[in-house]
Amino acid sequence: MELSVLQLIAIFIVSCIAGMEGMAEEFQMHRPLLACTLIGFILGDLTTGIIIGGTLEMIALGWMNIGAAVAPDSALAAVISTILVIAGHQSIGAGIAIAIPLAAAGQVLGILCRTLTVFFQHKADDYAEEGNLRGIDLCHFGAMGIQALRVAIPSILVAMYVGTGAMQAMLNAIPPVITGGLQVAGGFIVVVGYAMVINMMKAPYLMPIFFLGFVFAAFTNFNLVAFGVIGLVIAAVYIQLNPKYNQNQAFAAVAGTVSDDELD
Amino acid sequence: MQKITSKDFFWVFLRSNFHAGSFNFERMHALGFCFQMVPIIKRLYEGEERKKAMKRHLEFFNTHPYAGAPIVGITASMEEQRANGQDISDSVINGIKVGMMGPLAGVGDPIFWGTLRPLTAALGASLALSGSIGGPLLFFLFYNVVRIVVRWYGLKYGYAKGTDIVKDLAGNKLQKLTEGAAILGLFVMGALVNKWTSVNIPVVVSQVTMQNGKIATTTIQTILDQLMPGLIPLLLTFVCMHLLKKNVNAIWIIFGLFAIGIVGFWLGILK
Repeated sequence: MELSVLQLIAIFIVSCIAGMEGMAEEFQMHRPLLACTLIGFILGDLTTGIIIGGTLEMIALGWMNIGAAVAPDSALAAVISTILVIAGHQSIGAGIAIAIPLAAAGQVLGILCRTLTVFFQHKADDYAEEGNLRGIDLCHFGAMGIQALRVAIPSILVAMYVGTGAMQAMLNAIPPVITGGLQVAGGFIVVVGYAMVINMMKAPYLMPIFFLGFVFAAFTNFNLVAFGVIGLVIAAVYIQLNPKYNQNQAFAAVAGTVSDDELD
Repeated sequence: MQKITSKDFFWVFLRSNFHAGSFNFERMHALGFCFQMVPIIKRLYEGEERKKAMKRHLEFFNTHPYAGAPIVGITASMEEQRANGQDISDSVINGIKVGMMGPLAGVGDPIFWGTLRPLTAALGASLALSGSIGGPLLFFLFYNVVRIVVRWYGLKYGYAKGTDIVKDLAGNKLQKLTEGAAILGLFVMGALVNKWTSVNIPVVVSQVTMQNGKIATTTIQTILDQLMPGLIPLLLTFVCMHLLKKNVNAIWIIFGLFAIGIVGFWLGILK
C-alpha cells in the first residue's frame, strides 16, 4: 500500500510525539496502546492498530526508564510495526516479531540520543552566563527535538518504502515457522514485563500477596477491575492492621495513661 | 515585595508536563528543572541575580517526573523568599532539592511505573485485544487524570508548605502509600501472570477410547492444568525475575523466549 503525502505527514507528527514522550513519559503517547492506535487510524485500519497496540502493550508492560537505565524503545517498536502490519500487509504475529528487534535497536538509539543531548545542557550553561531565559527554552526543546527525530526518522523511512517491491519481498521472506513460533512466544513473553514490575517493587516480603492474586485468577473468572478492587481492599486492610503503622498511637496511648497516673 | 502570580504558577504547571523531555546522561533532569523554573526566575530576578538563579537550577537533578512535582513547588517558594531578602543560600536550595529527589523517586517509581501504569495499561490492553477503542481511551484518560491531579496538587502543596514539607516526608504517610501501591500492584501482577499469558504444550501423553466411543486425549497441558492452571508462566516469571536481578538486559531475555517459542513450535512441543 502506497501512502499519501498527508498520511506521511501525519505519521511524522505522531512519531515525533511518541519519540518525545518516550523520554518525558507524561501523556504516555509512546506506549504501544496509544501510538499503535493513532498509526492505525492514520493508515485507515483503526481496529488492527488497536489490536497490535493491546498485544504490544502487554509485552511492554514493565518497560520503564528508572534513573539512568534506558528501557527498550516502545515508541519505535509500536510505530514501525503498525506501519508494517497495516501498510505492509503482514500478520499481527509478524508485526510483533518485528517489533522486538526494533525495541532493541531503539534502546541503542536512546542511549545515543541521551548522550547527544548533553550538548544542550552545556549550551544552557552558556545561556545562563548571559541571563538569557529564552535560551533555556530553546535548549530544552532542542533536546526534545532530538528525541522526536529518534523515532520520526526511522518511522518515516519505513513508511516511504513500505509500498515498494523490495520491502514487500523482504517481509514475505520471513518463513512461517518463525512467525508461528513468535506468535506462540507472544503468549508467554509478557512475563518478562511482569517480572520487571515485580522486581521494581523491591518488596520480597509481600510476595504472598502475589501468590494470592495468582491463585484467585486460576480458579475464578473475575476480570481485571475486580482484581483491582480486591487488591485495593487488601492494601487498605494491611495498612490498617499493620503494627508498624500503629506503633506511634500505641505509644501515645501508653504515654497518656502514664501521665494520667501521675496526676492521681 | 516580589510575588509569584497565579499566572506564573500556571505556566510552571504547563511546563512541568515536559519535565524529563530533555534528559541527558550528564545532569539528567537539570535542564528540565531549569525550564520549569523559567517563569519564576523571570518574575523574581533581574541582572546578575537572574544569572545566578539560572545556574543554581542547572545543577544535577533526577527524580520521578510527577512524584517530584512538590520539589518544584518548594523551590519556587524558597526562591520567592530569597528574592524578598530572606537569607537562603544556594546550598540550602540545592540541599532541599537533592534531599527530596531520592525519597520522592522512591515513592513515584512503585506507584506510577509499578502500579498505576501496568494496571491501567493492562486493563486497556485487555479491552483492546478485541479491537475496542475503549481500551486505549480508558488507559489515556484514567492515567492522565491521575497524573495531572498529582502534578497540580503536588506543585501547589510544595509551594504552600515550603520547607515544612520535609517534616511530612519524615512521617509514614508516604510509606503507607508506597506499601499500599506495592500490595495492589503485586496482587494484580499475580492475576496477570495467571490469566493474561498463554502456554500450550499439546504433547499427547495418553489416548483412551471411552465406552461411549469418544476419545479422551490427555496432553501434558491438561495434566498441568489439573495441577494448577498457569504453572508454566509462573515458573517463567521467576526465571525472568532471577535473570533480571543478575542484570541481564530484558531485551535478551525476550529474545531468548522468542527462540524457545520458535524451536518449540518447530518441534511441535508448543502451540
